[in-house]
Amino acid sequence: MIPATFEYVAPTSVDEALAALAESGDDAKVIAGGQSLLPVLKMRLNAPSVVIDLGRVDGLRGISVDGSDLVIGAMTTHHEIANSPLVREHAGVLADAVSQVADAQVRHRGTIGGSLAHADPAGDYGAPILALGASMVITGSGGSRTVAADDYFTDLFETAVGEGELLTSVRIPSHGGAGSAYEKFVRVAQQWAIVAVAATVRVADGHIAEAAIGLTNMGSTPLRARGVEEALRGRPVTADAVREAASRAAEGTNPPSDLNGSAEYRRHLATVLTARAVLKAAGG
Amino acid sequence: MTRITVTVDGTRYTDDVEPRTLLVQYLRDRLGKVGTVVGCDTGNCGACTVHLDGRSVKSCQLLAVQTDGHEVTTIEGLANGATLHPMQEAFRDCHALQCGFCTPGMIMQAVDLVTENPHPTEAEVREGLEGNLCRCTGYHNIVKAVQQGAGAMSGGQS
Ligand SMILES: Cc1cc2nc3c(=O)[nH]c(=O)nc-3n(C[C@H](O)[C@H](O)[C@H](O)COP(=O)(O)OP(=O)(O)OC[C@H]3O[C@@H](n4cnc5c(N)ncnc54)[C@H](O)[C@@H]3O)c2cc1C
Ligand code: FES
Ligand code: FES
Repeated sequence: MIPATFEYVAPTSVDEALAALAESGDDAKVIAGGQSLLPVLKMRLNAPSVVIDLGRVDGLRGISVDGSDLVIGAMTTHHEIANSPLVREHAGVLADAVSQVADAQVRHRGTIGGSLAHADPAGDYGAPILALGASMVITGSGGSRTVAADDYFTDLFETAVGEGELLTSVRIPSHGGAGSAYEKFVRVAQQWAIVAVAATVRVADGHIAEAAIGLTNMGSTPLRARGVEEALRGRPVTADAVREAASRAAEGTNPPSDLNGSAEYRRHLATVLTARAVLKAAGG
Repeated sequence: MTRITVTVDGTRYTDDVEPRTLLVQYLRDRLGKVGTVVGCDTGNCGACTVHLDGRSVKSCQLLAVQTDGHEVTTIEGLANGATLHPMQEAFRDCHALQCGFCTPGMIMQAVDLVTENPHPTEAEVREGLEGNLCRCTGYHNIVKAVQQGAGAMSGGQS
């Protein structure tokens, strides 16, 4: 399968990339790792007349600490994130999740920016990004703005990134010292999540001081399980207490039904996986 | 047309390509490197795996223009003259193939895996080959070959 013809532009700075976007308007597509875009172009589900490659843009790639935030450039690959000691230290649940994305070859090319811009509700970035309370830095010709994770995912494959804008980096408040787990349920190797749960948990004196839970593939966007978070606060780290709180995991969700499972089955999975993730994150 | 300069298996090539040309098409149709094969053409099977700047990638999921200025290694660039790469030798030795269609990609991914993790456990091999499908062997001998090849690559007896 071969994409339709397009013009290829390879900017070397964010400004150049934004100028190229402004010039071609909605007829242009940005390419990051290409692991979601190329299949779309090959199947001709989309046929942009211009493809703008972010692969040569300086300064979009890398992981650093800025004050109390971990900052990850949009063009940083899954492989770099999964193997970064900084990510492990400050945002453990992101490393847990990203190491389970696709397979090694895809992780060498695919990027955090491409995943979050593509916003597939079955993708493995959304849930940890929500649980970590991250912010997305979005840059347009007028400068940059910051959008909280809770406001970022707007609908199926839709985000707060507007026309002519780029997602340039992700800022994550450090979760140093918190326990984490990403429970991804799949039936075959290299599969997208049927359901997955991201948990980051702080324990004090055998009780849950703070927990944040993100859900993958339980609706048209990744979701946060606020009911569970509330129910967990102050509870002891015991299997019974955690399971009871986790029984609220499917509240307010709207999971799909497909060949991999019915909505009902996914609601059940969400509660089971949430209990597992929280217990693992809490070291219980 | 876009002009690209790519080093493939140690040789520098400068070519004008249509931007929509996939890397695997460029390798096979322009350079004649038909050792790299296309299985699924959707990024799932791994048969088309090559190395880009030393890391494994699926060449059906990459545009040739994206490799401008970079280095690509295919299965055809692994052997040293008539001497097979230790991973190729291990695949032959362990009967790690039947039809052989998945083999180029399996070997390229195996070499990447062992470069990162010189002594992988069986479970680590199976996980590291997650993106490479084999319809024939049941994987058993492939896993054996990768562990044997790993030993040989780190200088042990093969
Ligand atoms: C076989 C296979 C299995 C996979 N399995 C999984 C899985 O289990 N879990 C998972 O999460 N993902 C999976 N993926 C998807 C993979 O993670 C992709 O890498 C990811 O979805 C897209 O990232 P990318 O960098 O390749 O983006 P691209 O494909 O280059 O781009 C995706 C979209 O985002 C836009 N875009 C890219 N970067 C930016 C930016 N900085 N600003 C604005 N817009 C941008 C592009 O225009 C395009 O519309 C799989 C992919 C394959 C091929
Ligand atoms: S042919 Fe490229 S992954 Fe199957
Ligand atoms: S040997 Fe036939 S597909 Fe692997």
